[in-house]
Amino acid sequence: MATTTATPTPAPKVNRLGLPILDYRGGKTTLCAGCGHNAISERIIDALYEMGVQPERVMKLSGIGCSSKSPAYFLSRAHSFNSVHGRMPSVATGALLGNKTMTALGVSGDGDTASIGMGQFVHLMRRNLPLIYIIEDNGVYGLTKGQFSATADIGSKLKTGVINDLPAIDTCSLAIQLGATFVGRSFSGDKKQLLAMLKAALAHKGTVMLDVISPCVTFNDHEGSTKSYAYVKEHDVVLHTADYIAGGREIVVDYEPGSVHDVELDDGSHVLLRKLDVDYDPTDALGALRIIHETADRGEFVTGLLYVDTQDRDLCERERLIPTPLAHLDEESLRISREDWEKLMQ
Amino acid sequence: MATGDVALGQQAASASVHDASKRVVNDFSIQVATVNGSGSQSANSVLLKSIFGMGIPVSGKNLFPSNIAGLPTWYTIRDSKYGYVARKKEIDILIAMNAETAKEDILSLPSGAVAIYEDAQNLKQYRDDVACYPVPFDKLTAAVCPEARLRKLVKNMIYVGVIAQLLSFDMTAVEAALRRQFSKKQKAADLNWAAVQAGYNYAAESFTKHDPYVLERMHATEGKIIIDGNAAAALGAMFAGVTVVTGYPITPSSSVVEQLIDYLKKYRIEADGKSTFAVVQAEDELAAVGMVLGAGWSGARSMTATSGPGISLMAEFAGLGYFAELPGVIFDIQRVGPSTGLPTRTAQSDLLSIAYLSHGDTKHVMLLPGSVKECYEFAIAAFDLAERLQTPVFVVSDLDLGMNNWMSEPFDYPEKPLDRGKVLTAEDLKRLGEFGRYKDVDGDAIPYRTLPGTDHPKAAYFTRGSGHNEKALYTERPDDYQNLMERLNRKFETVRTLVPAPIVAQTGKSKVGIIAFGTSDFAVIESRDQLKKEYGVETDYLRIRAFPFASEIHEFVASHDRVYIVEQNRDAQLLSLLKLDLPAAEIVKLRSIRHFNGLPIYARSVTDEFVLQEGII
Repeated sequence: MATTTATPTPAPKVNRLGLPILDYRGGKTTLCAGCGHNAISERIIDALYEMGVQPERVMKLSGIGCSSKSPAYFLSRAHSFNSVHGRMPSVATGALLGNKTMTALGVSGDGDTASIGMGQFVHLMRRNLPLIYIIEDNGVYGLTKGQFSATADIGSKLKTGVINDLPAIDTCSLAIQLGATFVGRSFSGDKKQLLAMLKAALAHKGTVMLDVISPCVTFNDHEGSTKSYAYVKEHDVVLHTADYIAGGREIVVDYEPGSVHDVELDDGSHVLLRKLDVDYDPTDALGALRIIHETADRGEFVTGLLYVDTQDRDLCERERLIPTPLAHLDEESLRISREDWEKLMQ
Repeated sequence: MATGDVALGQQAASASVHDASKRVVNDFSIQVATVNGSGSQSANSVLLKSIFGMGIPVSGKNLFPSNIAGLPTWYTIRDSKYGYVARKKEIDILIAMNAETAKEDILSLPSGAVAIYEDAQNLKQYRDDVACYPVPFDKLTAAVCPEARLRKLVKNMIYVGVIAQLLSFDMTAVEAALRRQFSKKQKAADLNWAAVQAGYNYAAESFTKHDPYVLERMHATEGKIIIDGNAAAALGAMFAGVTVVTGYPITPSSSVVEQLIDYLKKYRIEADGKSTFAVVQAEDELAAVGMVLGAGWSGARSMTATSGPGISLMAEFAGLGYFAELPGVIFDIQRVGPSTGLPTRTAQSDLLSIAYLSHGDTKHVMLLPGSVKECYEFAIAAFDLAERLQTPVFVVSDLDLGMNNWMSEPFDYPEKPLDRGKVLTAEDLKRLGEFGRYKDVDGDAIPYRTLPGTDHPKAAYFTRGSGHNEKALYTERPDDYQNLMERLNRKFETVRTLVPAPIVAQTGKSKVGIIAFGTSDFAVIESRDQLKKEYGVETDYLRIRAFPFASEIHEFVASHDRVYIVEQNRDAQLLSLLKLDLPAAEIVKLRSIRHFNGLPIYARSVTDEFVLQEGII
């Protein structure tokens, strides 16, 4: 038998935790080839890998629908909870109160959020729960074969020729009005922007609401649809290019003074928003609402970090929770003393 | 009246004409008819606790409307030297403080009863067979309470004084109860005590007693406490180590969460001001239970409290909790349904809907407390069971138990350590290599779980309401689904052995049995005595304390010829559940006694129906 010198396989690339990107992958997707949701899963994997998040420190939560299946397709090493339709926010609230030290990723869809889940969605935004809430937004119900959802634009056409005659619910404006502290819109096809926003989201403390336009290749990618790849590419008004700079790293980006908006996030990292055509201040809620509505009136989508508030207290802070996760408290810290008991029984 | 029964034309059968020469000691009922929002609660509480302080067994029931202020409300107090605490239907002493219902109230009294009322009302004109004591309430109030805005409240203490004098209350007991009621408000205590004395003095000077009712000191309440079921449940929850509490306000359950917040603020805030608990007022009951299951999944002890309409809203999540095996505790303080129903009246009518709450093949564990002590004990047990069994556990109480004050033996400090169930740690996983989330390893059909954040690459699993196999992977395979459903069924067999066993009172002499649960117990205890005393009929009795049913229940039915199921709903819900559980030969033995008009069940209704169905008359 001839001996061969084995070519040493190059050590796989690893992140700061020494983990290869493989450790961030999930099961094989069962969504349609070309579905925007798969691209979002890829970006989530990239963001967690690049940020060096320990997979076991993440909880994935979702509702019901095509979008809500996707947590099965990334980060298998994290606990996941595929709950009931439109009710993921409540499950996430309970889970995070139980263990506030976890990074929580919630994946929802436009039906799951803007119709059946509207009640829980709006209250989630009010509470400022430290959850990254992603809407994989395609304007249709996929699993039930293509009915309009409440984010479908007025005048948009189904494959069957049916025209939507109801106004769309804009989840970003709602989230801003209700007190969400990090609101962005992106497009599953814009790898760079989505990745930067996800990384910034991971560094933010409080509710992150990301509405990601994610075309449905099977039921809503045709001529006449306002959520098709072609339409979105054509009508995407990109506010700024976003660069995420991890905390502690020196910011050495060369830029013209006044051309970049620097947002410092909770963990000391920065997101640098490089201005394009419009002068935009993401800490101005009224300005955010104005541009969302102005672009929508023109049949366009504005994408980018629309609004951020890094000062507000999150739910766990308002509840004044102790540092130890409530789920880890033992009998000793939970039971009152016999002396107190005797007093109580008098 | 008034509180329903008598208005239905069921004039008290046992009413007899009393006279002052035949003393009735420590065995009668008092009803205060008042207006909702008039602040009579403190006065009624002082009355109840004064009687309790005199060592006499006592119970009180607030019969109130779904209204903030202005509608009629009644408070009934029963003292019973025999220790009976069920509602007594006949009113012996009426305090008519509500001008609007006063005529109806006095007309509903049995002959020989007592009426105390504002003298301007002249109720005497309606009844010459009732001992009448007219009192100038407003005049007496004005004399002791110069501040006009307080008079509405203070007026109530006048009747406390009047009745205390008429019934020979021990005034040291009255003062003690009153001082305790206003323990944090010295000025209010003094003002109210002055009102009590004014009433007392007026009665002493103006009335010659012409009724037979008196109280005499006993020693039957020493060492006992008075508490309502919702407060008891809240205490139990705190003792069980609850950390995540959610709720959506709904009568009659709101006070479970409100009391719990008080206890938690007192006992579960660390020296640095940080809390070992979180309380969230949810946007609705769907969210409330979703938060409970999310918290349970993360490893926290979590609970919510609700009533019938909330239970309906929780249906979908309840099915998920059962199927995905998530712990959580849900208190249902039952009220009259369906829909809004009678929101401030009591019932035992959520049994069927909880037992099978949700779609698909689902069933749930119910604990059925029959006393305030059991509200406390079952609250503790519920958290242990939920984590042991990994399933939602329902503690099913009712308005009567939850919102009324009851005497009780003091509760016991729990000696049993918390049972956190089958949870694998990172160290366990290092040893085992891996685990199957839904695998029955121990043969009790209860699998092992890991908590989010467990630091091991094989710790994670996927929780879902869709089909899953032993490894928690998605599946639609027929055998996987069937295996899972059969294991869940076997788990329910394990449950039977872990839930509180029934309480059985068996004489060995009777072929006739009675089965009841919850607050029907008080009426059944008294009814069995009536049957024995008045008809010479011995009965055996079993009180169910949990669903699924323990094997003792089967044995009890098997050992009797006829078994009467007593419950407070129209559709014989407990009987229906028993039918599903018992062999065909036993089902034919079951008979039904029901009470469902919104007021608590009383002994005579059980006795009369029993006698009728047995053909004893």
